[in-house]
Amino acid sequence: MNVLDRILSHDHPRSRWLAAVLVVVFVVLALAPFLFPGAKSMSVASKILVFVLLVASYDLLLGYTGIVSFAHTMFFGIGAYGIAIASERLGAGWAAVGLGLLGAVVVSVLLSLLIGLFSLRVKAIFFAMITLAVATAFQTLASQLSDFTGGEDGLTFRNPEWLSPSFEPFESEIFGLLLDGKAFTYWLLFVAVTLLFLLLLRIVNSPFGRVLQAIRENDFRAEAIGYRTVVYRTLSNVLAALFATLAGALLALSLRYAGPATTLSFEIMLDILLIVVIGGMGTMYGAVVGAVLFVLAQAYLQDLLAVGATAVQGVPLLQDLIAPDRWLLWLGVLFVLSVYHFPTGVVGRLRAWALALKVKP
Amino acid sequence: MNASTVAAAAGAAEAVPKASFDWRPVALVLAVMALAVPAVGSTSTWITLTVAGLAMGLIVFVIASGLTLIFGLMDVLNFGHGVFIALGAFVATSVMGYGAGAGWSGFFSIFAAMAVAMAVAGAVGWAFERVIVRPVYGLHLKQILITMGGMIVGEEIIKVIWGPLQIALPLPDELRGAWLFGEAAIEKYRVLAAAIGLAVLAALVFTLNRTKIGLLIRAGVQDRSMVEALGYRIRRLFVGVFVAGSALAGLGGVLWGLYQEGVTPQIGAQVNVLIFIVIIIGGLGSTFGCLVGALLVGLMANYTGYLAPTVALFSNIALMVAILLWRPQGLYPVSNR
Repeated sequence: MNVLDRILSHDHPRSRWLAAVLVVVFVVLALAPFLFPGAKSMSVASKILVFVLLVASYDLLLGYTGIVSFAHTMFFGIGAYGIAIASERLGAGWAAVGLGLLGAVVVSVLLSLLIGLFSLRVKAIFFAMITLAVATAFQTLASQLSDFTGGEDGLTFRNPEWLSPSFEPFESEIFGLLLDGKAFTYWLLFVAVTLLFLLLLRIVNSPFGRVLQAIRENDFRAEAIGYRTVVYRTLSNVLAALFATLAGALLALSLRYAGPATTLSFEIMLDILLIVVIGGMGTMYGAVVGAVLFVLAQAYLQDLLAVGATAVQGVPLLQDLIAPDRWLLWLGVLFVLSVYHFPTGVVGRLRAWALALKVKP
Repeated sequence: MNASTVAAAAGAAEAVPKASFDWRPVALVLAVMALAVPAVGSTSTWITLTVAGLAMGLIVFVIASGLTLIFGLMDVLNFGHGVFIALGAFVATSVMGYGAGAGWSGFFSIFAAMAVAMAVAGAVGWAFERVIVRPVYGLHLKQILITMGGMIVGEEIIKVIWGPLQIALPLPDELRGAWLFGEAAIEKYRVLAAAIGLAVLAALVFTLNRTKIGLLIRAGVQDRSMVEALGYRIRRLFVGVFVAGSALAGLGGVLWGLYQEGVTPQIGAQVNVLIFIVIIIGGLGSTFGCLVGALLVGLMANYTGYLAPTVALFSNIALMVAILLWRPQGLYPVSNR
């Protein structure tokens, strides 16, 4: 128990159901290449992994520090483009991946530091507006520099040999699966996301994380106690940007592609917001539960909407409302409803439930 | 009122030093215009660009004034303001399409479109305040999230009604073309847009400075609880300002749509970013700052669009950064924010 305690940074799920869900998610994701070898299910599993990290890093900002940023996809995009541009220019290889990652991290840290120092000293609401403006400008920039970024089409590149689909080190199948570079890429993602997630858990449960939560609850009082809130907010912003960059790099490795629609678009930002709210703001585990629920829903509910749309074909207004293209409408409605009626998210509800059971008998 | 109280009131007015008007931001606008003369080169091009910039600035002001008032009075930052812009523009396409079928004159159909757009945007604004904003007064974090969600839903509903594609919003024949002054061409529509913007400005200035409602709004911006303590129902004022702000956004949407001669459902989100920059530059909650910011943005967009088109995409951000380095609270900071 002691080891587990250390690994989870003393932040246990505090609900038997939540713990069970987390264990199931962990085991299923670890064994996904054996359990679901299909191309679509593997890409869904990879997307879940990337979103767990991305959303957890955003939760550091929104849930723990209480500031809203609309530029999180910008850092996500910087990570993805860093890998893509380096791999395309330098040729496939670990050197290119390392260099791209390093470049992306440096750019992200500098940019987030600049935005933070610039806008966080004034007012939290300024930050939301300024990040929105900066993210829009960055999106324009990425599509303008098409020689460099591939414009709207994005960049397709090759992974280092070990991670490329044609890499097959074993002659025979293992547990019914011929291991190839795709499976190795997936496991690289899995290990990286697990370690980085635990690191984030460590950060929010450290004294530093406590100060962030104090700022969230009452920034005036935190300042009065003697913490420089600007410094802490800026650090939180930089850390969140750093982890988002890493998530972007992992996404690029798993897709072997980086483009505006998969990384920079505002819809991704909306997805992140929705997952944080559904999972539960201010709980790292919320990112896991939310990302699993959301990515599964996104991958398979859209098909359901298409089925629904054919069912109501011919009904004037309804067929427009249920069309698969109107996916975002239902996402938005879900988002508004969850902010109102479900502010603590799935994890908050499960924890409250467990607490109620404990108190009653 | 007898003579002695009048004298006492006059004495009190003298005792309180009148805040001197801060002219430097206005001088900045004039300086930008003056600096553009040598940069652009020819005077006639400069006149064309300046008129276009002022017209664009006034359109942006019409849209942004509602947002800044809503923020100033209610401390609500409405990320969903863009929906009303798009709504106004799309209503205009329907009304003007109908007008073309019914054989209305160009001017009549434009003004009809504006009136209907304002009415529809105002009505939807009333519902938006009721359903979306009211439960989250005072909670900044939730406000940002909720109004953003409202924006997404609104944009999607617009797509359901009018379709996801761009719809042309052509100018009526009466307003096409330009007047020529020497070599300077001034487009007729821009003059009309500027005139409407000035009319809105005049109406706002009159309401805010010369009527009792305006007095209450200004007092509410300064100190909400004091106005409540004096027995005024500030919540009703909230609703009124929200509806008026939404209607202004609808009007601005019509003007913007005609300016671009086409509407897409994404217009709201695009303009939203622009008006955020404007009200940040002006100082959140300040109406006059909003005007100065809008004019600056409009002028900069037109000058840089002519001088260096690729830079123009980022001129607004650069302008915002520069202004915030000079005055971190915006050009005209509102005292209690």
